[in-house]
Amino acid sequence: MKILVAVKRVVDHNVRIRVRADGTGVETDNVRMSMNPFCRHAVEAAMRLAEAGAATEIVVVSIGPKQSNDVILTALAMGAHRGILLEAEGRVETLTVAKLLGAVVAEEKPDLVLLGKQSVDDDSNHVGQMLAGLLGWPQATFASEIKVAGAGLEVTREVDFGRTTVQIALPAIVTADLRLNEPRNAGLPMVMKARQKPLAVRPAAEFGIDLTPRLTVERVSPPAERVAGAKVATVPELAKLIAADVAELEAL
Amino acid sequence: MTVLVLAEHDLGVLGAATARIVAAASKLGPVDLLVVAPDAAPIAEEAASIARVAKVLAISGLAHAPSDALTDLLADLANGYTHIVAAAAAVGRDVIPRLAAKLDLMPVTDVIAIHSATRFDRPIYAGNAIETVSSGQAQNLLTIRASAFRPAAGGGSAPIETLGAAPASHQTFVSDSRTESELPELSTAQIVVGGGVSFGSAEKFALVEGLARTLGAAVGATRAAVDAGYAPNDWQVGQTGKIIAPDIYIALGISGALQHLAGIQGAKKIIAVNSDPEAPIMKIADLALVGDIFEVVPALTAELQKLGLKR
Ligand SMILES: Cc1cc2nc3c(=O)[nH]c(=O)nc-3n(C[C@H](O)[C@H](O)[C@H](O)COP(=O)(O)OP(=O)(O)OC[C@H]3O[C@@H](n4cnc5c(N)ncnc54)[C@H](O)[C@@H]3O)c2cc1C
Repeated sequence: MKILVAVKRVVDHNVRIRVRADGTGVETDNVRMSMNPFCRHAVEAAMRLAEAGAATEIVVVSIGPKQSNDVILTALAMGAHRGILLEAEGRVETLTVAKLLGAVVAEEKPDLVLLGKQSVDDDSNHVGQMLAGLLGWPQATFASEIKVAGAGLEVTREVDFGRTTVQIALPAIVTADLRLNEPRNAGLPMVMKARQKPLAVRPAAEFGIDLTPRLTVERVSPPAERVAGAKVATVPELAKLIAADVAELEAL
Repeated sequence: MTVLVLAEHDLGVLGAATARIVAAASKLGPVDLLVVAPDAAPIAEEAASIARVAKVLAISGLAHAPSDALTDLLADLANGYTHIVAAAAAVGRDVIPRLAAKLDLMPVTDVIAIHSATRFDRPIYAGNAIETVSSGQAQNLLTIRASAFRPAAGGGSAPIETLGAAPASHQTFVSDSRTESELPELSTAQIVVGGGVSFGSAEKFALVEGLARTLGAAVGATRAAVDAGYAPNDWQVGQTGKIIAPDIYIALGISGALQHLAGIQGAKKIIAVNSDPEAPIMKIADLALVGDIFEVVPALTAELQKLGLKR
């Protein structure tokens, strides 16, 4: 099986972001960037399929500014075989990302495309489903377990009532949730080796896909701030306050 | 200007989120409510009583909501609707982006405010920023956060139209693993009691459930508590779990990581119990008690029972 893994460079999930005062967006200058956590789980899932003998080649693709090389190198250090960067500046909408990935799929012909279920910057949770829709492939989103089953996959998904397990045929799209696995940290030798691996850089514009966003972002604003309220010292005091709140709810 | 809303349901019962999504969608135009379920009729009956529904469309079939067939079905019905709307929950999140790609539309998801038929607010960066977007597209696909809208009233009597066969799916259902609980549904509960990893075991996490039962509340958990196996995954609240907006949220032994806070921003009142007065949750709580959960939670439960609290 050949696997394509899509990864995204985002503001590191530990950074407390700041909304720009002029409402044009979130400050990303001089902010630590890293691979979207969900994408790390997708790369790890690909590695485990390779280590189990189910996958022979893992190709990593990222779409973004040239610094996105970083996250491709991270994936190569984790063990992926080669990388592709589709260079694009500015805001690229999820629908466009899916179309560009569709073009890469047409060239690479993978049996499985693994992606994170969402990225922690725009929190969209779109791209895997869109790519599946464009290709007409089956999708298994929010995966917490992937097993090879016959010629296809058995995927356990996290859903509103608990978990559900589906069997899908290949080629297919799977999006990773956080409980899928524990992503590895690549040691220094792997990081060194990653630099020797092939990494193709291509302008996103060369695919003939319209990169213009469909939506206009009018403004980005900070959420309403919450401030600390009162402290209570004892349990009976807290119980009385809760009981009063509950009585008020019941009265409505 | 008619809007098609996909109804939420589980185990043959209409989901509480549906009345909220209908209320939100009715700001966009008259609402047709689509029920797709193995046995759609009883759910459609319930759906017909939601005020502001113009018409209920019922299709029997598609058990386990397979994304491919559900997408094909919505694509077949799409013509004539200005908006196609689902709840920002597992099914809607699975299906709306797939449908969007098929129709070559850019969807707007996790909507928390509707300014007009083409202008919406959605949270980004785990709710630490709010994006206002506008769309010039002829048709718009949305997922809406039920927690951000009040439910539409009952008492309606919309006509029910039964539609023919649903398209076929290529995915095979294997099994479900459900969390059985007699407590209220988390995403729409008025009171939620949340527990963190500090409970240390599934047995001790039962203290959270005990307090919840006393209050008639739903139970929530942090990712750390779910990862540790103390709580099932569908109790997770936050950026990657459920988004809740209860009147009261009681956070027990929860630090208040930004990914957890992402799920509780809509809570009217946050009450926190933590041994560390400096924990981030204590800085945003409306009411905070510094204390040890293993002492406070049993005592609080007993005290509330003593006060004769019954819900
Ligand atoms: C991409 C991503 C997505 C995530 N999504 C989510 C999500 O959806 N939901 C979520 O919850 N998390 C999420 N997380 C994880 C999040 O960052 C935190 O790790 C998690 O919320 C912490 O859970 P906790 O509060 O239970 O544990 P901790 O942060 O370890 O906090 C434990 C708290 O318990 C207190 N405590 C300890 N002992 C006692 C005691 N005896 N009595 C009283 N208080 C005590 C401590 O003072 C501390 O404040 C995500 C993380 C990432 C990277």
